[in-house]
Amino acid sequence: MTFLRSLILTLGVVVSASVFSFAAIAQNGPLRIEITEGVIEPLPFALPTFMPEAAGSEEIALGISQVVAADLQATGLFRQIDPSAFISQTSDFNSPVQYADWRAINAQALITGAVNVTSDGQVTVKFRLYDVFSGNELGEGLRLGGTTTSWRRLAHRVADTVYSRITGEDPYFDSRVVFVSETGPKNDRRKRLAIMDYDGANVQFLTDSNALVLNPRFSPTGDRILYTSYESGFPQVYLLDVGSVQRRVLAEQQGTMSFAPRFGPDGQTVVYSLSSGGNSDIYTLDLRTNQTRRLTSAPSIETAPSFSPDGSQIVFESDRSGSPQIYVMPATGGEPRRISFGEGRYGTPVWSPRGDLIAFTKQNEGRFHIGVMRTDGSEERLLTASFLDEGPSWSPNGRVIMFMRETAGAGGAPALYSVDISGRNLRRVNTPNAASDPAWSPLLP
Amino acid sequence: MNLVSKTLLLVAAIGLGACTDPSQYGTGGNGTDYNSTADLNGVNDPSSPAYFRETIGDRVLFAVDQSTLGDGARATLLAQANWLHANPEFDALIEGHADEQGTREYNLALGARRANAVEEYLSSQGIASNRLRVVSFGKERPIEVCSDETCYGQNRRAVTVISAGALTS
Repeated sequence: MTFLRSLILTLGVVVSASVFSFAAIAQNGPLRIEITEGVIEPLPFALPTFMPEAAGSEEIALGISQVVAADLQATGLFRQIDPSAFISQTSDFNSPVQYADWRAINAQALITGAVNVTSDGQVTVKFRLYDVFSGNELGEGLRLGGTTTSWRRLAHRVADTVYSRITGEDPYFDSRVVFVSETGPKNDRRKRLAIMDYDGANVQFLTDSNALVLNPRFSPTGDRILYTSYESGFPQVYLLDVGSVQRRVLAEQQGTMSFAPRFGPDGQTVVYSLSSGGNSDIYTLDLRTNQTRRLTSAPSIETAPSFSPDGSQIVFESDRSGSPQIYVMPATGGEPRRISFGEGRYGTPVWSPRGDLIAFTKQNEGRFHIGVMRTDGSEERLLTASFLDEGPSWSPNGRVIMFMRETAGAGGAPALYSVDISGRNLRRVNTPNAASDPAWSPLLP
Repeated sequence: MNLVSKTLLLVAAIGLGACTDPSQYGTGGNGTDYNSTADLNGVNDPSSPAYFRETIGDRVLFAVDQSTLGDGARATLLAQANWLHANPEFDALIEGHADEQGTREYNLALGARRANAVEEYLSSQGIASNRLRVVSFGKERPIEVCSDETCYGQNRRAVTVISAGALTS
């Protein structure tokens, strides 16, 4: 077998969408995970360390193998089989698979790969995915290309392909998270914007700690970030270019404060909260024309707006009923419809990128929760509970939520966590310092 | 892609070029605000910001989720207004704060409400609006760090921070 029909993907170059279409998968019976059904037993997979194809490829081959396995394991949907149990020792990427050897150790999926690193820093990874029990390759082998500085992205792409082929879901590992990195005591906290890979690798700071920063949000293409900064002494919305780290203030109006910004799906409309005379309402700003538009005019607090992915509606938080609750209104303004009716206070609603659910923060009986509900407010499900859980952000495929969890007391500090929309697989995300306000990027281009 | 190294360089550049001066505005809590840097004798000088802070009282407290001023708060603010009348060379920045219960966004809006309640009261006592500015810190700047009502009650505050004409200059 050869990679006759394989495709070379070079990161950073526009990739044909057909590469990531998996029409063949649907025919495949056994090797399939339905995420919505609440998996009890993770699917066992074998991943022999990807073979180095040339001298000097060993380190990156090992690194890629480890990241692929870590991505899959961290979903809670897959379980890696200890390589010491392997019967087959793969020595050649193209040699036929001894399915019986893998069945004997109950590997349901087998992932094989090979890595080649050239002296000029080019990395090529080839991989294949096998459905061990049906004795077939699942989808075609793929070849991906990148550089030694972006090898982790190659690994995430491999894992994304495996995840998508087995679950039928869109991928999410090749993505980043912008967040607020926190240092110092609780009564003198220093905050900086930082960006990292979704799994906590490659942390880079985007701002210094001179000005308080809050609530960063990615643009729909991941190239820009909206956030709130006290750079001027007053909270204002800023726009930062991820590539150049150039930033500019938006919507600055003397005597007002602006905060809680988010992009609309067009990447040109910004929805945010503006406080004037003590009253906070929701506005939009068109980045092309700098025109602002006021969407709510109530004496109550209106904040934390989030667009529906089709751009037609905005979900937000308001205390017009006497306590903070979630409302939906047309994106052009108009009469809001309350959708949260459970016990307690609701805030920070965020529309899922799939359009089907709204994630929120809920405060009830002294505890905080992250939850999801349908866009009409029905089928509310609480996914977490703690002293302070807040600020959900959706994975690019709408299957995982990252949020902030803060511990109580004088030594209390925030950290980032993720959880499935089924409420399973609660995990802490590694960050170098205390961290808050995560925002997940779209899948990287 | 050289995004990473470019990002690092530019972050370094931002660090050098930063013009923010956090000491310009107080947080009503730790030792970095303007009032705290006044000299120690200032407490005995009735026209000093230190006197305003220590003797007049620079802050009023609020009930959970509320921005209404109680009788005690009004008495403090009346004294603040009288001091501002007597010391027209000073301006005031009113900081609104919330406790850690509640989301970041809601608390920013709530802090704005509280700061505005104080501003309105001082205005109603004849303090010119161009001497008053408001800012909300939401739950970002607690002065007390425990996680129960003894601390929360101190953190739900509006602090009047005095500065020497900085707001209108």
